[in-house]
Amino acid sequence: MNLRQELEVPAVSTEKKKPLKKFKIDKWIPYLFILPSTLMIVTFLFYPIGTVFYYSLQHYDISAPFYNAFAGLDNFKKIFTEDKLFFPSLLTTLKWVVSEVGLQLIFGLTAALLLNQKFKFRGMVRSAAFIPWAISGVLASVMWSLMFNEHMGVINDLFMRLGIISESKAWLAGSTSAFISVVIAELWRGIPFFAITLLASLQSIPEELYEAAKVDGANRVKTFLYVTLPSLKNTIVLTTLLRVIWEFNNVDLLFNLTGGGPAHSTTTLTMYIAEQAVHGSNFGYGSALTVVVFAILLVFAIIYLRITRYDREGN
Amino acid sequence: MIKTKKRVDRLLTFNLPLLVMLIFTLFPLYWTINTAFKHEGDIIKRPLGYVPASPTIDNFVTAWTNVGFSTYFKNSLLVGVCTVFIVLILSTLSGYALSRYKFKGKRAFLLMLLCTQFIPRSMLIIPLFIIFKFLGLISNPLSLIITYAAVEIPFTTVLMNGFISNVPRELEEAAMVDGCNKLQAIRYVIFPLLVPGIVATSVFTFIYTWNEFLIALMLTNQQGKFTLPVGLSYMMGEFNINYGALAAGSVIALIPAVILFAYAQKHLVNGMGGAVKG
Repeated sequence: MNLRQELEVPAVSTEKKKPLKKFKIDKWIPYLFILPSTLMIVTFLFYPIGTVFYYSLQHYDISAPFYNAFAGLDNFKKIFTEDKLFFPSLLTTLKWVVSEVGLQLIFGLTAALLLNQKFKFRGMVRSAAFIPWAISGVLASVMWSLMFNEHMGVINDLFMRLGIISESKAWLAGSTSAFISVVIAELWRGIPFFAITLLASLQSIPEELYEAAKVDGANRVKTFLYVTLPSLKNTIVLTTLLRVIWEFNNVDLLFNLTGGGPAHSTTTLTMYIAEQAVHGSNFGYGSALTVVVFAILLVFAIIYLRITRYDREGN
Repeated sequence: MIKTKKRVDRLLTFNLPLLVMLIFTLFPLYWTINTAFKHEGDIIKRPLGYVPASPTIDNFVTAWTNVGFSTYFKNSLLVGVCTVFIVLILSTLSGYALSRYKFKGKRAFLLMLLCTQFIPRSMLIIPLFIIFKFLGLISNPLSLIITYAAVEIPFTTVLMNGFISNVPRELEEAAMVDGCNKLQAIRYVIFPLLVPGIVATSVFTFIYTWNEFLIALMLTNQQGKFTLPVGLSYMMGEFNINYGALAAGSVIALIPAVILFAYAQKHLVNGMGGAVKG
């Protein structure tokens, strides 16, 4: 009896403990599961961003480490008062982002509307139309540089055959034509993003809305304005915002097609930072420029979401 | 009369714009392929040949063996495959946590994922260079693999969350009743049903790593470690550009991305629509 009691006591106590322990592990499972991702994101995204703010207040030049020291706001002062490239690059950035996002949205929406119709080989045509989305900025630069080239470029050849120009032009050498050329090349790569997201959104508009519009005698333009466009609003707001940030930061084509030239006419702020980072060594100054860019984007995002009254609940 | 009017209408508002769009999209691709198959002399000869007069694969041989595209290709492949592997494991775990559990801090985690989407990528290049220089990983594929995984995980987590939510919870409960533990239930029951989602996530991640330029440029300074975009960019910056080999190298770099994209396009459209909407 005694022995049995002795045996039973621990048995009971372990049984009591077991569910408790299990309950605890279950509680920790989601945290265990998100831990690796969180660590990666914090260490290699958030921490680096944090250091940018730190370095922006430092004199930090990897080619002259003896002069590294706390700089206070010197770097920022230099940006706004001495730097002759800052304001022109800001203006170029504005031109670049507005023309890219505006044109991509218009053509992307057109493409989505076309691809949403019923027609033969629709799947294949869709795949073909989306291809540039999968192509890198560097590859697009190569392709378009082959076409824009003064001596062997097909654009000169076509334009001469059509009688638009009488002799070959170096499209990437003039400041206006260089800008337009890069805008077209980037447009080629950017339209599919809008086409894909807007097409997905178009497919989710209930058919009844269109039937109701038809019953009410609305024509195509009115149906588009009062049924299609309002239904797409949230997608358009979010995709344009993401795209503004993306185009603001995208330098692949600028870097490879024009290198920011001629005479800095295609140097956006990000291109300027990339130049500083890749070819320069003054990381303190580069970091300060980066902080300014970040502030501009942040203010833009907040204002944009306010003005458009982006509604999360509605989705 | 009415029928012809309708037909003209459809031609002007549908067929014609569609045709223009397709030509604009496909012609640059065609021209690159056309250039890649031309002899060196034919490339600059006027009038321009819109089809290669006598097609040759010389440019491909040059690009692959002499210019270093075989090395760039291998580097890109290594970085891509490793990144996909890491991203899949981590985003399946975190996506699972999001889809199956209610826990304190879930909103904070989601908010953190959302915030990453607004981080300008160009902001990262200077601090990442400093960090990886400190770790001694400049020109090491590991630095790219880690960075790409960190950049991709937020989006793929949201994608995987969506895909996992589509798998009925009862299935895995049944497996656990049958004696599987949590990880076994994920491995043997959820995983097979997630294949379409895993394909989409892998393709999305792989194409990103295959195409990424600025970070790779910043973190690599030995030619032997270049990925394809950096290699192509390097070739474009040379004084005497070999256009035939450049075009051939582009076609080489193009093929895997386009094939993968064509294969997974449908999943991507659904996934992206869901991610943008959700």
